Amino acid sequence: MNPMLEVENLRVAYPAREGGFNEVVRGVSFTLGRERLGIVGESGSGKSQTGRAILGLTAAGGRVTADLLRFSGRDLLSMAPRERRSLRGGRIAMILQDPKFSLNPVMPIGEQIVETLRAHHAVTQRIAHAQAIDALAAVQIDDPERVFKLHAHEVSGGMGQRAMIAMMLIAQPELLIADEPTSALDVTVQLQVLAILDKLVAGRGMGLIFISHDLRLVSSFCDRVLVMYAGRVVEEIAAVELHNAQHPYTQGLLNCLPQLGAARHPLPTLDRRPEWAL
Amino acid sequence: MSTRQAGLACRNLRVEYERFVAVDDVSFDLAPGESFGIVGESGSGKSTVLRAICGLAPLAAGSVQLTGAESALTAPAPGGKAFRRQVQMVFQDPYASLHPRQTVDRLLAEPLAIHGIADAQARIERALDEVGLGTGFRFRYPHQLSGGQRQRIAIARALILEPQVLLLDEPTSALDASVQAEVLNLLEALRARRGLSFLMVSHDLAVVTHLCQRLMVMQRGRAVEFVAADELAAQRVVADYTKSLMRASAGFSRTSAAHGARSSRPLPPS
Repeated sequence: MNPMLEVENLRVAYPAREGGFNEVVRGVSFTLGRERLGIVGESGSGKSQTGRAILGLTAAGGRVTADLLRFSGRDLLSMAPRERRSLRGGRIAMILQDPKFSLNPVMPIGEQIVETLRAHHAVTQRIAHAQAIDALAAVQIDDPERVFKLHAHEVSGGMGQRAMIAMMLIAQPELLIADEPTSALDVTVQLQVLAILDKLVAGRGMGLIFISHDLRLVSSFCDRVLVMYAGRVVEEIAAVELHNAQHPYTQGLLNCLPQLGAARHPLPTLDRRPEWAL
Repeated sequence: MSTRQAGLACRNLRVEYERFVAVDDVSFDLAPGESFGIVGESGSGKSTVLRAICGLAPLAAGSVQLTGAESALTAPAPGGKAFRRQVQMVFQDPYASLHPRQTVDRLLAEPLAIHGIADAQARIERALDEVGLGTGFRFRYPHQLSGGQRQRIAIARALILEPQVLLLDEPTSALDASVQAEVLNLLEALRARRGLSFLMVSHDLAVVTHLCQRLMVMQRGRAVEFVAADELAAQRVVADYTKSLMRASAGFSRTSAAHGARSSRPLPPS
């Protein structure tokens, strides 16, 4: 059986001011089944660009090429824009970082969920409304009828992020791309949101790509981790084996975090080697 | 090292926005030369405490007093120029806290001009050296700098007046882990060299305990616990809220997550 998502030699480039192109993703390859895959890297490593390219959300002017970019056996790059659009939000969904900026500020939260559902499934307004309420309840929002009518600025960050998860899951996607889904949240709320995500992913057998800069968080949540540096995957490692990471960049990233109860003054810093970016 | 270390005595601070009480009866001392941390989640009032100290948030009640070698009578009053020369702040987001159309040189000259300090040239060069950037960065604009470099400029701007107390509002939360380590090391080195006192706000327990000896945990505008960094490391904490913060900072785990999700209260709308 083919894996759900096959990515081979994915490259994303943007026009450079001096002419030519700057490659920000330089030959990323991986396959994904019904599992949780983490992509970790620092800002500028190309992790978000990888996720956006899979969804077809690369900014205008960007150039996406790949030897293979296939979702459940279908080639994404040669697909008509119309077809691609129907996949997006339907069978492939993406959770973005900050609910403050990614929810529509002038539309009630519930209406946005209904809109997502009706864009992909032929259901009546009444059924859509009922399903949206169920979806809000599924992400542990206590009074879904009330929250349905609220706008994005009227809810806390944690509740906004849950609403976004509800919105992304209502069309029952097979693949979920979560780009820093909890970075804008407090640590205690972070765990609640992750627990919800975990339950839903396990319950529905979805594939999940979890993009984050937080190596520890990702390794505690995912099955497998890709570590990206300067547009390339420098290491792929099973999450439980993270402490045995081989690449000096991965080791450095793990090592430079302050730890509770371990006084290290000064903290070890990352000694970036030019050969990592080759 | 400076001989005139200074600290802060904050008594019964209260900040209100219309009818919302952001900070409610918070008292603490920052001893001269100490570094003291404030942790809590967003909306707990931790940043507002810093803003109240430097006059960016209105104090409805309570007092802030600069302590140290000077007697209470001669200590500069909060809100005044002399107080600000002693107490400077570094903000969370280096992308928002530097004027986008001013060069580094202009950014660093501003506090010197305000306080009428003469040898700007030499001071700017020294400040850049001190934060590890060198004079090559002097005529660049913020957009030509990385996040870590910007935060170094923000630190240089705070230090150029040679203050004794530095208020740090999540100074590394916008930075990558590797850059965070560099900035934390820089702050530590500067503190040792100049005998500074730090008052640092963060949501990251590991970062706070790395830099601070003591910390205060805030929840909903109140101080719920005071704890020494080594007690926290040894898990000797009392307040439930502190415990849940500690669990959270240990990362995600399937067993505790199931428990945490069940016992969680609904979030109030912000």
